[in-house]
Amino acid sequence: MRAPFISLSSLAALSVLLAACGSQPPAPEQSPAGVESRSPGAIKVDTAPIAQVQPEAFDPASIAALKDPRSPLSKRSIYFDYDSYVVKDEFQALLVAHGKFLAANPKMKMLIQGNADERGSREYNLALGQKRADAVRKALNLLGAKETQLEAVSLGEEKPMCTESGEECWSKNRRGDMLYSGEF
Amino acid sequence: MPAMKFHRLVLAGATGLALCSLAAHAQLTVEITGAGANRLPVAIADFTGERIVAQALASVVRADLERSGLFRLVDAGSPLADNATPPFEDLKTRGADAVAGGNVSAAADGRYETRVRLSDVPKQAVLGNPAYLHTGAQLRATAHRIADFIYEKLTGEPGVFSTRIAYVVKSTGRYELKIADADGSNDQAALASREPIISPAWSPDGGKLAYVSFEAKKPVVYVHDLASGRRHVAANFKGSNSAPAWSPDGKQLAVVLTKDGSSQLYIVNADGSGVMRVATSSGIDTEPRWSPDGQFVYFTSDRGGSPQIYRIAISGGAASPAERVTFEGSYNVTPRPSPDGKSLAFIARNNGRFQLALMDLATKQTQILTDSAKDESPSFAPNGRMILYATEIGGRGILAAVSSDGRVKQKLSVQAADVREPAWGPLVR
Repeated sequence: MRAPFISLSSLAALSVLLAACGSQPPAPEQSPAGVESRSPGAIKVDTAPIAQVQPEAFDPASIAALKDPRSPLSKRSIYFDYDSYVVKDEFQALLVAHGKFLAANPKMKMLIQGNADERGSREYNLALGQKRADAVRKALNLLGAKETQLEAVSLGEEKPMCTESGEECWSKNRRGDMLYSGEF
Repeated sequence: MPAMKFHRLVLAGATGLALCSLAAHAQLTVEITGAGANRLPVAIADFTGERIVAQALASVVRADLERSGLFRLVDAGSPLADNATPPFEDLKTRGADAVAGGNVSAAADGRYETRVRLSDVPKQAVLGNPAYLHTGAQLRATAHRIADFIYEKLTGEPGVFSTRIAYVVKSTGRYELKIADADGSNDQAALASREPIISPAWSPDGGKLAYVSFEAKKPVVYVHDLASGRRHVAANFKGSNSAPAWSPDGKQLAVVLTKDGSSQLYIVNADGSGVMRVATSSGIDTEPRWSPDGQFVYFTSDRGGSPQIYRIAISGGAASPAERVTFEGSYNVTPRPSPDGKSLAFIARNNGRFQLALMDLATKQTQILTDSAKDESPSFAPNGRMILYATEIGGRGILAAVSSDGRVKQKLSVQAADVREPAWGPLVR
């Protein structure tokens, strides 16, 4: 299941960029508290409407693309493994799209909000969320966004998407969210 | 003591009546779930004089002493004035080691004069007889001062009944930074917000709270003056700003900033000026807390691969090496040195459970003080006797307190809301 813009991109350039970002294996599970799902549910993309779309229907570098559900730029979340700050391979393509957009729109700014699951200390989780936001910031920087366009901050465990206790929920809360100018 | 005024953000559209009933339901209730092994038997007789005030005073004093877990209340049998000789033989038969009596009289200016006498029953000796001039509105505060007096005379350490606690109440879509008396009464909101508020920390003089608010869509450290309700930004750099801790002299704050990369320790002046790096690591350094003598800052760091507690000498300059403090287990966080600097409360993960632990810093011996699983944010009472912390029961956030010997236990909860992030204020001078 792939986002459609890959067909619009140069695959060669993509692979170069992916290599530049690095794609390390996820850090080993350190929590004796729970077993972790490696495929968070939230990455399921709504592929059905996308299949019918003409590639010319939107300009991937336009600001309208940010909110266009056909554009990968409308996807704003990167999910992380437990106690890990490594951007997983499955999110590299999404970061490429946002990095290109920021490079093409140098006046746009982005606030990257890192998040953590609820287990443990609030302040330590704030620092973990910061590492996730930083990982996204560094990747976007390598992909062409300028340092001055980006601010990486953390919301720690304070703004969970999901409030149940359990791995399925926690995996949705270990997240980096990308907000553009006007959205924060 | 003048009554504190708090800046309130009033709910738009809410009626005064609705606010009153909200406040009544939101008060912390304290439940005693464990007591000390050798509780001192003490009789607090009904006070004589102005009847309604006298009864209210004695009942608050009794509740305070009982809640401390260090006393067993004995029925005094009959009212006792401060200038009357207690019925020592009868009190001895009832098993009381100490007795307090008092009298409340109306003063000419509309205030009350309350005189108290505390006596040692076996020795038949007076331990003290303080007097208090107070208004009707200061009734609870006066009772807490009487309880502090009795506590200090009988235990040799200062009482904390007159102190205040800060905590955060989360209800649907709303966060309130609250301040209440140590018994949970008199709660007032210092700040209400739609965005989270965490990490409140009392200034050493009890006049200000530093905290982290997310109202700017990112964590920013504020210092809030409680008397005026005014606040200022103490740290708002690019990135995250969090984990404020006051220096013992109240002039500086240790904070965690990410302006130069990952979460690292800095010191700023309380007005936000003069930012200075304290420690350097390639990973996470957070949760700073000064030692009471001001020599060290304890903090959490993952520099060794897992989160552990370290300390660094502040006077030694940036070059001084950090010293690791915790070694057992793979997750030890949130260091809180005791007021005497001899022990360290922190949160340890044991078999997936996050529990309050206490380490003797001289021997490094560590004791787990709770049997709960989601303990957070410990905060010492200013006399070091109790540790207040946040935990969870039935999926709801509550506060709990445990004595440093693990025997006395209390639960503090609010109906239908999550309570978290407790911070016990300093002694009232």
